Amino acid sequence: MQRSFITRNPSVLIFLALLALFTLGVTVLSEAFGIGLISTSYVKVLGKTLCLALVAVAMDLVWGYCGILSLGHFAFFGLGGYMIGMWLMYERTRDIVVGALAEAPIPPTEQEIVDGIGTQIFGVVGSNEFPLIWSFADSLTLQLALVVVVPGTLALIFGWLAFRSRVNDVYLSILTQAMTLALALYLFQNDSGLRGNNGLSGLQNLPGVEQPQSHVSMWFLWASALALGLGYLLSAWIVAGKFGSVIRGIRDNEARVRFLGYSVETYKLTVFTLTACIAGIAGALYYPQAGIINPAEVAPITSIYLAAWVAIGGRGRLYGAVLGAVFVSLVSSWFTGGKAPDIPLGIYTVQWVDWWLVLLGLSFVAVTLFAPKGLGGLVDLWVERRSPNRHGADLGPDLGSLREKEASQ
Amino acid sequence: MSALLEISGVSVSFDGFRAINNLSFQIAEAELRAIIGPNGAGKTTFMDIVTGKTRPDEGRVVWGDRSMSLVGMSEAQIARVGIGRKFQKPTVFEDQTVADNLLLALRKPRGPLAVLLFRPTTADLDRVAELSTEIGLESALARKAGELSHGQKQWLEIGMLLAQEPRLLLVDEPAAGMTPEEREHTTSILVDAAKTRAVVVVEHDMEFVRRLNCRVTVLHEGAVLAEGSLDHVTRNADVIDVYLGR
Ligand SMILES: Nc1ncnc2c1ncn2[C@@H]1O[C@H](COP(=O)(O)OP(=O)(O)OP(=O)(O)O)[C@@H](O)[C@H]1O
Ligand SMILES: [Mg+2]
Repeated sequence: MQRSFITRNPSVLIFLALLALFTLGVTVLSEAFGIGLISTSYVKVLGKTLCLALVAVAMDLVWGYCGILSLGHFAFFGLGGYMIGMWLMYERTRDIVVGALAEAPIPPTEQEIVDGIGTQIFGVVGSNEFPLIWSFADSLTLQLALVVVVPGTLALIFGWLAFRSRVNDVYLSILTQAMTLALALYLFQNDSGLRGNNGLSGLQNLPGVEQPQSHVSMWFLWASALALGLGYLLSAWIVAGKFGSVIRGIRDNEARVRFLGYSVETYKLTVFTLTACIAGIAGALYYPQAGIINPAEVAPITSIYLAAWVAIGGRGRLYGAVLGAVFVSLVSSWFTGGKAPDIPLGIYTVQWVDWWLVLLGLSFVAVTLFAPKGLGGLVDLWVERRSPNRHGADLGPDLGSLREKEASQ
Repeated sequence: MSALLEISGVSVSFDGFRAINNLSFQIAEAELRAIIGPNGAGKTTFMDIVTGKTRPDEGRVVWGDRSMSLVGMSEAQIARVGIGRKFQKPTVFEDQTVADNLLLALRKPRGPLAVLLFRPTTADLDRVAELSTEIGLESALARKAGELSHGQKQWLEIGMLLAQEPRLLLVDEPAAGMTPEEREHTTSILVDAAKTRAVVVVEHDMEFVRRLNCRVTVLHEGAVLAEGSLDHVTRNADVIDVYLGR
């Protein structure tokens, strides 16, 4: 069964092979385990990009396949980050507090340690009490569970309310924007219990780990690659079968699916919630690599970017979403990182740090109008142009030789 | 014959306009019935009410041996008790193959989990092949539904209805936009289908209705104007007045 799924969907195999190759390549070139051509900070950029690709796959599932233009999936991504961030910050601070109190003449009580952690973490918002939502922060297992449970529950409640009242199209998109805005505003408050606009920081430090960041960054890259691979496989399996047929039907003609006897609302809710959970996992892997999370991460605009990546990459195909996320976020970090040369226009100089967003917006519009298939459409061109009798021919380095394998299948 | 579907005293208004006005009639088990009437008579609205798309303001819609009330049930629930519907303009899933369209409609559990784990058995695929022969699309199984001609799409939609194995089939203008040969084929599919289940056909084309050779109900301004054989209703003075005479 598994084999027939792969043979029916060769793009899955190609994707997983490329991902494995990429991971291996980065490992060989890394400072920690290889020849040191890629700096640790760039390893983090790449690892984060894999997480963005994963949330883009989720976005493609909910939008490209099921037709729900959610402009709130970064809220779930951010919540995943907050959940793991709470444990990281708690345990890390605990190490520091225990270390500091060890020099005291009398050994500290458990309560003194907890109070110490509270003062350390919440001092910036003028408090030293642990809010209720931190109840499980000392348990890695529970916080890991919350990474999927919290986004999943929020999506379930929100989706249930919205889909049950048959809110559709642009109204639904606006509602999801309102949801992520409300979450951001809530988190911005100092008494939200998550340190207001300071957010959670120092997340790159794993408690109890002695290895340097060069190692830790590689672990996270591997974990992100694994999560992306599994998430991609799961999504591809879901859309390949009859379930995929139903949700594409919902996207194209919701009423018809209803009159066939499928409960459209249940399907939408299932996809919405599942993708929220995937987004949560992606976020939980992203923020330890970013080192910090604050409420700006779940601002409404971030979810709109996510939709733009998927549109530019080509929605309705999973590798399109990955292409879009990887391409746009890498290009974006190039432009905003100050590496792109300014364009002097005499009276005005175009500085890409400011103008990059305009460029992104224009590309979004251009893709929507002129190339609705996005970057993924290029793959179509390539596949159509590929003449089947070129077996054995040298198709070129790396990428090309992989496709040749498929050509000879 | 016991009634499969019984509609009594149903009325619906849209912004004060009475589209259905105290409508009552019955469909028997395995009956073929044609509904005719001028534009705006409420034919499509009648189907909307039976299939749960429109909620009646008053009246009862009762289904089956156990006299289940359909009012207030969702479209999906009504479809699952055994009512299939074909829309006025052909609606198939254009982005999917003919085989996928039929598989989607096949009478199987509709819950997300069952659907997620569904793998078509040989029996399912045989059934799909059989249906495609019935609707004359056996050579188009692997083609995208969007590539089909207008008439073929209509047939595919009828095929999907048959795949659902409904006890009542509501068909809205199946012959619209078809060539004479295609119409003939459509007639035979519908007459065949009505051997084992009830079929209600809305149609404007009198020739088509004549070939169906069944009881005819004439709707006008949301109510039944006349009912009986085609010859009987076409002799009715009121019918000639509001529909045929124009
Ligand atoms: N959702 C709606 N909102 C407002 N008016 C409606 C709605 N649905 C139907 N109507 C009106 O109700 C009347 C009956 O419409 P219906 O579509 O049932 O007619 P019909 O008999 O199917 O006509 P046709 O032969 O043109 O298909 C029409 O006047 C139509 O404009
Ligand atoms: Mg009509």
